[in-house]
Amino acid sequence: MTEILFVLFAVVALGGAFGVVLSRTPVASLLFMVATLASVAGIYVLFEAHFLAAIQVLVYAGAIMVLFLFVIMLLNLGHDYRADLKYGLWSLLALVVAGLTAGVLGQAFWGASDTGFRGDGAAVAAALDAAVREQGAAGVIAEPLFTDYVVAFELMGLLLLVAIVAAVVLAKPKT
Amino acid sequence: MHEMNQLTTFWFWVIGGVKVLAVFTVVMLVVAYMTLAERRVSAFIQDRLGPNRVGPFGLLQPIADGLKNIIKEETMPGTSAKLYFVLGPALAIMPAVVTFAVIPFAAPLPTPVGTVDMIVADVPIGILYILALSSLAVYGIVLAGWASNNKYAFLGGLRASAQMISYEVALGLSVIAVLLLAGNVTLTEMVWQQQQLGLWFVFPLSLAFIFFVISALAETNRLPFDMPEAESELITGYHTEYSAIKFSMFFIAEYSHVLTASALMATLFFGGWDIPVWTGDDMFWHEGALIRGFDDAGAPIAATPSVLITLLTLGAFCTKTAFFVFLYIWIRWTLPRFRYDQVMHLGWKVLLPAALGYIVLIAGTMLVLDQLGVPFGLLYGLVLTGVSGVTTIAFFFFIDRDRVIAGAHGMGAVARRREASRALLARRAAANPDGSVS
Repeated sequence: MTEILFVLFAVVALGGAFGVVLSRTPVASLLFMVATLASVAGIYVLFEAHFLAAIQVLVYAGAIMVLFLFVIMLLNLGHDYRADLKYGLWSLLALVVAGLTAGVLGQAFWGASDTGFRGDGAAVAAALDAAVREQGAAGVIAEPLFTDYVVAFELMGLLLLVAIVAAVVLAKPKT
Repeated sequence: MHEMNQLTTFWFWVIGGVKVLAVFTVVMLVVAYMTLAERRVSAFIQDRLGPNRVGPFGLLQPIADGLKNIIKEETMPGTSAKLYFVLGPALAIMPAVVTFAVIPFAAPLPTPVGTVDMIVADVPIGILYILALSSLAVYGIVLAGWASNNKYAFLGGLRASAQMISYEVALGLSVIAVLLLAGNVTLTEMVWQQQQLGLWFVFPLSLAFIFFVISALAETNRLPFDMPEAESELITGYHTEYSAIKFSMFFIAEYSHVLTASALMATLFFGGWDIPVWTGDDMFWHEGALIRGFDDAGAPIAATPSVLITLLTLGAFCTKTAFFVFLYIWIRWTLPRFRYDQVMHLGWKVLLPAALGYIVLIAGTMLVLDQLGVPFGLLYGLVLTGVSGVTTIAFFFFIDRDRVIAGAHGMGAVARRREASRALLARRAAANPDGSVS
């Protein structure tokens, strides 16, 4: 059962990801993106990470993508995207960045087996179950996030702030 | 998850299937009869009779409506984006029918094969499941508005997305106060904590309840927040171009949301299926055993579930939910619609800061009580009730600015303003006795 569901979610997630890139209308891209995010949330549920799944749907699919949709519709975007496509040096740069990302992901995937990343599945699941019973689904994530990783957490917040400031600077009319 | 302790896997699946079917059927039936209730109550409020011809007291009206909507001709606007036009109602109804699954509706029922929880799925994330899925509801409305290729529908869709994003924030923040006090996110545990506290959360968290009601009204697009379908401005907004069963699906979605929101108000703030005062119905799964409470030494007392208790608690849950459904209808036919800028002002400039401040206040009070070593019980609840009560009165004093509470006899701010303008006119007249315009 779990394997069937995993394959289903994985196919939808990958198909949706291709759909995002390949579809011509931005609204279709966005809906494919929502399908991808929802499938990833489904995979989280299969891993018993219910809280993460709920947050994935609540924040990404339910809030951020709705804002995307709002902007796409409000500005009626996507009719003349060809003018925005950049060729030459830019496409070369994009290829380099894509290659580097693939390298990092590949390294994380194949190089992780000896770092304890793939532990004994049943033991990890049992430990997780016990922790969820003890602290609740939210506590298991909240406690390390606000104790061990609090600096990283705050830095992430700062990163988002920087992004907002950058957006304001970019959107300001040039005088 | 809990059933697995008691039921065998076979019976878990059988009973799970029966519960899914039963709850789905009941929710759909209640939704159908909510449309009748809405029409009868609105008629009562407006001194009319309402639909009373189809069957006794008009009881067969929803069935006639449903049949009509199924066999009517479906129109498909020629300039619409066909795929998204069909996808809209489907996406609107999907989250609406699944959210009820995590709401506990009665005390556990003893059966020959084991004790059955009266909840479809007791998922560990509880309320977050409802928040996550209802945040997806906006896609149906926005897509419908956009795909119709009609300016009114499009404006309705845009308004819906802006409004639902804005009020999701206030809704989430009002729920955080409940989470602080309950200490967990599952709805079964929230019911248990209210039984343990000896007070329903509406008393210690009165302001959070008011925020929740306001934002739930906005999230379900009901008056006074029905901006996405404001008839006087937008014809009917996002579903202007829809007909027959697709049109009806938007309504089924809206009423299911109203039902779920009412059930949530009952569960989060009014004890769920808890019967007030009587402690015989308190029940909770604690380390694999069903308990009624803890004795003075802290040892669990076993509970004795019975069919009678299940039926009584089911009755309590239905009564509370029905009251909030009635409240929804009552508000709709009493209050006028907000202007769009007022909706945004209320959401971002009043509810958001007020809810944030209230969370700080509740968390601070709980910290002080915990530091003083006050046990989680009636005294704990009463202190919070006092703090919340004062805050609630202050909040109303602030946003009302004696327009409503002072009533007609004093007219409060209105009278003062009239008085001030009269004094101004008198001063001008005194300074300029010959009446010439300077």
